[in-house]
Amino acid sequence: MIAPLFYIFAGLAIVAALSVVLQRTPVYSALSLILVLCSLAVIYLLLGAQFLAVIQVIVYAGAIMVLFVFVIMLLNARQESPTDHSLFARRLGLPLLAVFLAEVIFVVVGHFSGTVFAAGATFDGGPGAVGGLLFRNYVLPFEVTSILILVAVMGAVVLAKKQL
Amino acid sequence: MVPVSHVLALSVILFGLGAAGFIVRRNIITIFMCIELMLNAVNLAFIAFSRYLGDPDGQIFVFFVIVVAAAEAAMGLAIIIAVQRNRQTLSIDDLDSMKL
Repeated sequence: MIAPLFYIFAGLAIVAALSVVLQRTPVYSALSLILVLCSLAVIYLLLGAQFLAVIQVIVYAGAIMVLFVFVIMLLNARQESPTDHSLFARRLGLPLLAVFLAEVIFVVVGHFSGTVFAAGATFDGGPGAVGGLLFRNYVLPFEVTSILILVAVMGAVVLAKKQL
Repeated sequence: MVPVSHVLALSVILFGLGAAGFIVRRNIITIFMCIELMLNAVNLAFIAFSRYLGDPDGQIFVFFVIVVAAAEAAMGLAIIIAVQRNRQTLSIDDLDSMKL
């Protein structure tokens, strides 16, 4: 049951990701990205990370993407115009990217061909287990995160002022 | 159950699509969304390895990546709004004042 679901949602994620990259209108890209995030949430669920699957839907697809769509609407972003300025990127960037991807896929397939995940869940990915780990082993990073978010909030307020 | 290499391959494909979009696209908002796509590809690799090695620390990493992505989205979109207000453009071709 897990394998077919994985392949269905993996295919959906790849198609939606292609759509994110190829659409010319930013709103369509944003809606495709929401589809990618939701199918990745299902894959997280299949890999036993229940808490992160829910966080993915609530925080990523919910909060962050709503912010994106809101800004796209606010700025009235239309179709982007084609350009001829990026010859460097097209001629050099894409081949280098292809080489990088071929390399990584070669390593991944070479190292992990035939390796299958253990059948039973090796640990509990629910909110209790993750929360316990977060507040026992990772208290300091968690607290530092609050400072990061405070800085981000203050930065956003400063940047949003009328006179920069 | 699914082979580990297939999940990692999905992660690599998503990362590659995000990177390609980052290079090819001209709209600053779309480029920002491609960055989010790459972050998600890395998250998927983290969760796959966490499941494979039986080590829950990978999930904590993903949690922190999501937190940082949220902060980054708030800041980045505020910068985009400020750019749009001062330059009246969203195309990165017109935002080249830091180029040589």
